Amino acid sequence: MVAERACPTTTGPDPVVPQIYRVGSARRELADTVTLEIAPLAGRRPAYGPGQFNMLYVFGVGEIAVSLSGDCTDESRFVHTVRDVGAVSKAIARLEAGATVGLRGPFGIGWPVVAAEGSDVVVVAGGLGLAPLRPAIYHILANRARYGRVTILFGSRNPDDMLFRKELEAWRRNLDISVEVTVDHAHADWRGHVGVVPALVPRAAFDPESTVAFVCGPEVMMRYTASALGEAGVTADRIYLSMERNMKCAIGLCGHCQFGPTFVCKDGPVMPFSRIADIFAMREI
Amino acid sequence: MKGLEDILREHSFFAGFAPEYSALVAGCARNHRFDAGNYLFREGAPANEFFLIRHGTVALEIVAPGQAPIVFATIGEGEIVGAAWLVPPYRWTFDARAVELVRAIGIDAACLRGKCEADHDLGYEMMKRFVPVVVKQLQATQLQILDVYGTR
Repeated sequence: MVAERACPTTTGPDPVVPQIYRVGSARRELADTVTLEIAPLAGRRPAYGPGQFNMLYVFGVGEIAVSLSGDCTDESRFVHTVRDVGAVSKAIARLEAGATVGLRGPFGIGWPVVAAEGSDVVVVAGGLGLAPLRPAIYHILANRARYGRVTILFGSRNPDDMLFRKELEAWRRNLDISVEVTVDHAHADWRGHVGVVPALVPRAAFDPESTVAFVCGPEVMMRYTASALGEAGVTADRIYLSMERNMKCAIGLCGHCQFGPTFVCKDGPVMPFSRIADIFAMREI
Repeated sequence: MKGLEDILREHSFFAGFAPEYSALVAGCARNHRFDAGNYLFREGAPANEFFLIRHGTVALEIVAPGQAPIVFATIGEGEIVGAAWLVPPYRWTFDARAVELVRAIGIDAACLRGKCEADHDLGYEMMKRFVPVVVKQLQATQLQILDVYGTR
């Protein structure tokens, strides 16, 4: 009998009012990427599922959507991994232990980890895209017997920019999942794969008719990966992508994150490829 | 012991190939073994052969003066290395290095080009196999050029 480890569900606070959270720790992952552990000043954090996101507010600077990157069964805190690419993310990446931030959430629809039970699972991550997938990987590993073959394919710019490298190495040591890593380019001392992550798809072992794929990374990488999965026989309704748009209200009211007929904040961020395939490559969307 | 024709027939690159064509290609083939660190070919050298990898990993490298070699792709079991033998002036434009022990079948380029000229059906079958390889490599290169994991 397998012990169940599911993410608890609770009703969160008012979705438009930021709650005050304190940074418990800030760990630098890469030169421009930081993982923060944050906990509410009072009470418990709301429950969340793999693939959901929070709105983080740095006082006086602004608010952005950041996906959750920790283990959702750890009810003591939220974990976020942030890359400093803009004014707000740069301010978040500079936060130190003891600092306070405003937080709204969790929001959105996450990875279908329960619906995927009984299937082979292929997780394809590119760069920072591994962060929103990590909670799903934790869930799958904690409930391993419920899934068929599990494959993690990860692409990075080069061996030095590899997010969560120690965890990737630890997952790879698991004998019941397959982990393949590739980098876009490397020096001659790198002995692993070199090439783009979609190229790993045809080399992976899975039953396409019984596979659910979780894909997250830069949008171009996701387009090529969805194409490679399709060529491998995985139907579009079994390929899930985590979309990113300009999330503002996070509850489907303001329309900033509209993507065709959907709002990424409330209809996503995780969406089946079948829902967006026709507009995914459309530059006017 | 398997002959070259059997090995070629079982290689994924030649899946669905007509037996008579396998025999023709096998007539241009020979076995190779490259120890780790040895080169299958070097940039600028005549592209006299292309290689079907049976075992091991090959790193494709470009070298710029004063810089360490940059690996831009790795090729593994079941894949092929090299399309320069198809296009004049038939010279390699990168280095191919064995990352570990590599066992491969080398196909003599002039021999195969001659057979493809003599039998255009064979030539068409070869092109149907090579064009997807070239297109996949082009798509991968497009993604690499975009540097999608970099900050802009």
